Amino acid sequence: MRKLLGLLGGLLAVHIALSFVRPSGAAVAATGGGLDIGVVFDLGGRGDKSFNDGAYAGAERAMRDLGARIRFVEPGEGSDREAGLRMLAAEGMKLVIGVGFIFTDDLTQLAREYPNVAFAGVDFAVSVDSAGNPVPPPANLAALKFREEQGSFLVGALAALVGNSKKLGFVGGMDSPLIHKFEAGYRAGAMAVCGDCEVIAQYAGVTPEAFRNPGKGKELALSQYQQGVNVIYHASGSTGLGVFEAARTLGKLGIGVDADQYNEAPGFVLTSMVKGVDNAVYDAIARVKDGRFAGGIFQFGLAENGVGYVYDDNNRALIPDAIRARLEALKAEIVAGRIQVPATR
Amino acid sequence: MTLLLFLSQAIRIAVPYLFAAGGGVLAERAGIVSLSLEGYMLGGAFGAAIGAHVTGSAWAGLAAGVACGALLGSLHALCTIRFRADQIVTGVAINLFVVGITRFFLQLAFDSSSNSPRVAGFGGEGAGAWALAANPLVWLGILTMPVLGVVIYRTTFGLRARAVGEHPAAAESLGIRVSAVRYAAVIGSGALASLGGVYLTLDQHQFTDSMTAGRGFIALAAVIFGRWDPKRAGIACLLFAAAETLQIQLQGAQLIPSQFVAMIPYVLTIVAVAGVVGRSTPPAALGRAAD
Repeated sequence: MRKLLGLLGGLLAVHIALSFVRPSGAAVAATGGGLDIGVVFDLGGRGDKSFNDGAYAGAERAMRDLGARIRFVEPGEGSDREAGLRMLAAEGMKLVIGVGFIFTDDLTQLAREYPNVAFAGVDFAVSVDSAGNPVPPPANLAALKFREEQGSFLVGALAALVGNSKKLGFVGGMDSPLIHKFEAGYRAGAMAVCGDCEVIAQYAGVTPEAFRNPGKGKELALSQYQQGVNVIYHASGSTGLGVFEAARTLGKLGIGVDADQYNEAPGFVLTSMVKGVDNAVYDAIARVKDGRFAGGIFQFGLAENGVGYVYDDNNRALIPDAIRARLEALKAEIVAGRIQVPATR
Repeated sequence: MTLLLFLSQAIRIAVPYLFAAGGGVLAERAGIVSLSLEGYMLGGAFGAAIGAHVTGSAWAGLAAGVACGALLGSLHALCTIRFRADQIVTGVAINLFVVGITRFFLQLAFDSSSNSPRVAGFGGEGAGAWALAANPLVWLGILTMPVLGVVIYRTTFGLRARAVGEHPAAAESLGIRVSAVRYAAVIGSGALASLGGVYLTLDQHQFTDSMTAGRGFIALAAVIFGRWDPKRAGIACLLFAAAETLQIQLQGAQLIPSQFVAMIPYVLTIVAVAGVVGRSTPPAALGRAAD
């Protein structure tokens, strides 16, 4: 027992000592006048083919086009997220970006502690006060948010128009307001083009594990397809891979989310509701470069090309021109403000 | 027809539970707490993806997955039997370890933090009953508990395992090598539980980060609710799977809040442990290292 404690103590000491070690490259990168940007990824990190990869693409473009010097941090499970942000802020980065709503509280806290550093949070969850009004983030913190409901509206209309069925499917990850937004937009879009259509909406669970449960996603999708649904839209992380697997098994269609998911099941993905995380990240870096950075809430909707749906060589055959024209007309109406898309169900 | 669809979905959902709960019963009857079922499953799932990806064969995936499970089982056994570490702490540690190491190797092997490429499977992924019958893992899953019942109650090894789980000192005095029996039970438990993960991977045709999503804990609940008896634990697995199927089929109708159905396994386990339905007695030496 004593030996074990000694060993633990030793390891702990080494661990603490190592956290003070600074790789020689890091010190050089953090100095002075350049456009130094820090990006901290959400759990999953690079290679998630979605959110984090989008942020990476945007930052990479900024590196090429704007000459930004970018440090990427991929935290593991738990609390080193805050440590990653803090390290970058302390090293004097011009801008520190947290990718994912999970950084909301840490970013708010650090923005107060480092008023001279600019912060940006992708999918930042703006809190509301007791009267229901949004609480603005600190002046040096930009909340980059997406109007997912608008993109979901368009794929909902598409699903209703090409689905050849009065029943449409939706599979959500964790049953939470964040995902209800996708469902609400999808439902509204389907109703807009098909008043007597019915949307069967199901959720994979009530914990964050519901975003990583392809087995459950597949079973939900199989049961929806059996009820006569031909197209299912998922907003459920890797649970949605199970939805695509079910579509492939039964020869039906699925709709991807966040990034273009065509390659997950080629031929069985009708389209994907994409979020322009890359554009939002690039935009934030460009603002810092031009000295126009300001805190506040930035909404990226259809008008800003912050959300949209995929239409390319892969799925052109699945979407007739007349339907494509109808979608573009709907999009124009949303951009013009003539259609208000609900964000709550 | 609807009934047939309901039953086939319930069985598809039950198969991973049956494998994992079988592993749980085996180890716990020999006196080793099995909190690590989740880790065995995830390890098996990852091993299956690697094996099937490298060779292109689902059977090779199965073998690799079981090997991973057995390896993790030996780690648990080594820690708890040889080094007499706390069994609960070790179990939790193994779960965390597997989440991390599978993510690491996923990144290393496939340069992705979310999922592996598409791999081979056994076929039979359709929705109907015939598709179900084509998958050998479904048959293995259904046979797990009956076979385990025979092993535990009708074989020498089973008798020794039970003796070791109830009273290791008495077993030792009769010349049974307590450690050896426990090693065998825990390694077997890892191999068996990993089949649950193998099933998930081959059914999805890919490994996804943390794809077991808590199934190991539901299986553990089935072990406890089933009072450490293979037959009862098997019925508990089927019951939990039926509840989940009901929830999937009814959720569209919003009759029962999904939160409520998600609670069922745990509520039933608490009810069982509280002794509301009959007496629930764990193996007497469960969680204690043998002297």
